[in-house]
Amino acid sequence: MGGGNDLRRVILKRKAVNVLMLSLSVLTALYGLLWLFWILADVVLNGLKYMSFDLFLKDPAPPGVEGGGLRHAFVGHLIITSLATLIGVPVGIGTGIFFAEYGRHSRFVGFLRSVTDVLVSFPSIIVGTFVYAVMVKPVGHFMGVSGSVALALLMIPVIAVTTDEILRLVPNSLREAGYALGAHRWQVIKDITLPAAKRGILTGVILGVARISGETAPLLFTSFNNNFFTVNPLEPMASLTVTIFQYAMGPYESWHGQAWASALVLTAGTLLFFILSKIMVHGFRRWG
Amino acid sequence: MEEPLKIEIRNLNFYYGNFHVLKDINLKIYENKITAIIGPSGCGKTTLLRTLNRMHDLYPGNRYEGEIILYPDGINIIGKEVDPIAVRMRIGMVFQKPNPFPKSIYDNVAYGLRLKGIKKKSILDEKVEEALRAAALWEEVRDRLHENAYSLSGGQQQRLCIARAIAVEPEVLLFDEPTSALDPISTAKIEELVVELKKRLTIVIVTHNMQQAARVSDYTAFMYMGELVEFGPTERIFTKPDKKLTEEYITGRFG
Repeated sequence: MGGGNDLRRVILKRKAVNVLMLSLSVLTALYGLLWLFWILADVVLNGLKYMSFDLFLKDPAPPGVEGGGLRHAFVGHLIITSLATLIGVPVGIGTGIFFAEYGRHSRFVGFLRSVTDVLVSFPSIIVGTFVYAVMVKPVGHFMGVSGSVALALLMIPVIAVTTDEILRLVPNSLREAGYALGAHRWQVIKDITLPAAKRGILTGVILGVARISGETAPLLFTSFNNNFFTVNPLEPMASLTVTIFQYAMGPYESWHGQAWASALVLTAGTLLFFILSKIMVHGFRRWG
Repeated sequence: MEEPLKIEIRNLNFYYGNFHVLKDINLKIYENKITAIIGPSGCGKTTLLRTLNRMHDLYPGNRYEGEIILYPDGINIIGKEVDPIAVRMRIGMVFQKPNPFPKSIYDNVAYGLRLKGIKKKSILDEKVEEALRAAALWEEVRDRLHENAYSLSGGQQQRLCIARAIAVEPEVLLFDEPTSALDPISTAKIEELVVELKKRLTIVIVTHNMQQAARVSDYTAFMYMGELVEFGPTERIFTKPDKKLTEEYITGRFG
């Protein structure tokens, strides 16, 4: 029968299209993964080749001299990002709470929310030059803490947007239950909405820290660099990212090796941070 | 003989923006009685209930006119000078869907007590147990008070919400279709509980379920399109209503 043949042809055609599209999507996925694994393999192999204890324990040798390490950059990076987190997390969460809980019905907050969405993808180099203009220039020299401020400015919109979104997902009936018992607005936020949203907010914090931990551009004009070990955030301070940039561009073979090793440490550190925070977020699951 | 009044609604009008939701409502709520508010969807019964604890104040664009007098002291619940929080401490509410807090069973019940400033553990323990017993939930949860409230079934969660509301010893308890999300067995338990609770407080219950109104309530108010059509003892409303509209609704000809 003609009808049966037509049907068979339609089915065959659909199967062919299905196979074609499936192959295309697998190919594109492989294409993306190829570069990712290439980069990872490159970093791991080269990084391991130059890895040593001296890297963590010693400060830099004079340029061109073999040996030495990047202790100053590891410590500097930790200080700069920790200070940034200390500034960025409370401000970001506070902003998110304000948007979701206090400004829910306000048009002005709707406008601020759109601005914050734009800030999430704001070019980080501009944030760096901004902090240079308002903080570094008036003081007269580069400072570790100005790097933290620049990074915090990058972090705040990310945390604010996630906190806002997560809080708005908390059902209104939960808030009403609190109000119906005679709670004030802040009591409802503190005792009911925030605990209900804490896992999501923590995810926002992780995203925020991840956003800044590999940033170089905003640090170039703010914390700059320092060839000497310092824990004083009011002095110029070395960071891993700026040091990798400087060493990779530098003329010495030993610098290139140390840049590879630091790149591996930065990558592994970020991965470790992700794993630890995942475990932490899951730990909260029991309480919703 | 007139029974003691708990709440008297006088010439109440309520607007959402330009929308006139409640039109000139006059209603008496008697002490230690159960008053049911029935009517088709969108008639304003939940809106009316939520004026009684100023729930509408949480959202912008609403306006009250008239008076809602709360006895024995005779304050006007919707008066500008009255703090909604003071009203809500005296008039509790149980919602359509069970909405326990993401806390332990114990902390759910203790929350309102802590808001009132009670901190002493022995007093909290005692009041939490008392409220859970009154909500007919104690026997089921006594060994798991510190488990998350979400580990309870839907019906248990609703009884927990009742325990949470009565722990602070309100004078009036508002129920907003409290069984519409529950199975028949849980519904029966809640209804039994509501009848039991009227010994200690005054109850107003909104329900779309006419059998429920007939089973539990002493007085019934029938609303239609934002107006109070008829109010009276439940038995009379369900057997010989004065208004034709009430009769048509009761007999299921619309709604």
